[in-house]
Amino acid sequence: MGRMLTLATNPAVIALVTALAVTGCASKKTLPNNAGELGLNSATPGSQQDFTVNVGDRIFFDTDSSSIRPDAAATLDKQAQWLARYPQYRITVEGHADERGTREYNLALGARRAAATKSYLASKGVPASQMQTISYGKERPVAVCDDISCWSQNRRAVTVLGGAGS
Amino acid sequence: MPKLSKIVFLMAAMVVAFAARPAFAVVEIDINKANVEPLPIAITDFQSNDDIGAKVSGVVEADLKRSGLFAPVNRAAFIEKIANPDQTPRFPDWTAINAQALVTGRVVQEADGRLRAEYRLWDTFANQQLSGEQFFTRPENWRRVAHIIADAIYERLTGEKGYFDSRVVFVSETGPKNNRQKQLAIMDQDGANARMLTSGNDIVLTPRFSPNRQEITYMSFEGGQPRVYLLQLETGQRELVGNFPGMTFSPRFSPDGQRIIMSLQEGGNANIYAMDLRSRATTRLTDTAAIDTSPSYSPDSQQIVFESDRGGRQQLYKMNADGSGQQRISFGDGSYSTPVWSPRGDLIAFTKQSGGKFSIGVMRPDGSGERILTTGFHNEGPTWAPNGRVLMFFRQPAGAGGPQIYSIDLTGYNEQQVQTPGYASDPAWSPLLE
Repeated sequence: MGRMLTLATNPAVIALVTALAVTGCASKKTLPNNAGELGLNSATPGSQQDFTVNVGDRIFFDTDSSSIRPDAAATLDKQAQWLARYPQYRITVEGHADERGTREYNLALGARRAAATKSYLASKGVPASQMQTISYGKERPVAVCDDISCWSQNRRAVTVLGGAGS
Repeated sequence: MPKLSKIVFLMAAMVVAFAARPAFAVVEIDINKANVEPLPIAITDFQSNDDIGAKVSGVVEADLKRSGLFAPVNRAAFIEKIANPDQTPRFPDWTAINAQALVTGRVVQEADGRLRAEYRLWDTFANQQLSGEQFFTRPENWRRVAHIIADAIYERLTGEKGYFDSRVVFVSETGPKNNRQKQLAIMDQDGANARMLTSGNDIVLTPRFSPNRQEITYMSFEGGQPRVYLLQLETGQRELVGNFPGMTFSPRFSPDGQRIIMSLQEGGNANIYAMDLRSRATTRLTDTAAIDTSPSYSPDSQQIVFESDRGGRQQLYKMNADGSGQQRISFGDGSYSTPVWSPRGDLIAFTKQSGGKFSIGVMRPDGSGERILTTGFHNEGPTWAPNGRVLMFFRQPAGAGGPQIYSIDLTGYNEQQVQTPGYASDPAWSPLLE
């Protein structure tokens, strides 16, 4: 859900959909249905799509925890390698909490997750000067429902690429 | 930025008492009892040339009824029709319908444009007037006069200060849960006169009233930098509080209004700082590798209660105002957060998480006598009425819906939703207005 939203709001993707829709209006079969048909798996190396689709822009945490899990470490390792290859990017690490906590604590917990993520990336060679952090606490959930599967998607840190050289 | 009209209005010649003789009331309410039987009270339409009299007495009646301590008698049962509110009523007509107290009054538009509102409170079984007062104000302030009258009746019959002439600042929420817009908003304590204070472009959280009622401190994500701000209600002027290197959050005023106490995020830790608003000097009060937040002063300014996860889960701690003598006070099952010291000083309200539920509760400042007032999927963020007898908090339902504000008595009874324009959270009650 979060990934498709990210793709759909990318101007390049929207332009591509529009172009295909116009040229392919005679036959609905030519309309793309998924990222693969859109050719996103061969996203331009070093592009935002490349980072989001092929590296993964987010990691997840256990309840009330800011420990980097093994699955998260694997993602962050790939992020660090990618960022080493494309050093023109600055990043902002956004820390988030699920809704099962009070507002003030969740702001601090989101900040703690962002700090842990930044610290891990730094240990893998990403320059601290290239990174900043922000916490959104429980204010920006991506998944909206009332069960554990939702809450686990919201306990996250998202690495957002700044513009090249920005 | 919508501006508030002048918050403090002057009541010329306020309180002309015209009942000087001492009263020995038989009618009174002991509000310390857990489940008070509401006092039957007859509130007559205040006399006037138009509908303003009935509007004023209607607000008085709604205030008293919502407190849970009064049961207004149905007007259809009234026997005597009050022709002249200055004349002694026919008490047997009121005792016959079991009205133990009776309120009469009038509202008159003066030649100079001001509104004159008067009321008299009668003890129907003791056959005497308990109180009577007269107020002058601008016509647009008619609801405030009604709240002041309701406070006077509440105080006369319970022996405690009222809380109806007060406001609540809160966060008004609109839009889907994964893209919620949040605006600072202010309303009267009964939900009337709600208006927005910010545009909704930035996330705003945790507004708190200054003791002088003129300022609000809150947190905003303005410019992508989550920080604590100060807002002047009359002018709409905003300013950043302090110049800290990281996120500042969870602000609250000191009881004298001269300091703001808040958390500063430093890496993975949050510590508590106080800032003097005149000198701008900041003092660090906690220094732990933990999340220390939600600080709240005792009403005598000598102590601060706060939450910390220094021992693992969030628990309540208290310390002296200079940061010394930090000690844990909550020891129950689960975790505790958002402590708020009562304006009476006798209790601390909190949010408690236990067994997958979120509750609002109170305990004594030494941590003893814990009582849970309400429990459910998600209740959070209590705030005290100025008299320390009622709390507001917000309740978030499971799923995609939004939060609403509720009030509840200190006894745990009389829970009621407060009407707001949309979803609403983070209520903070003002002191009584002046």
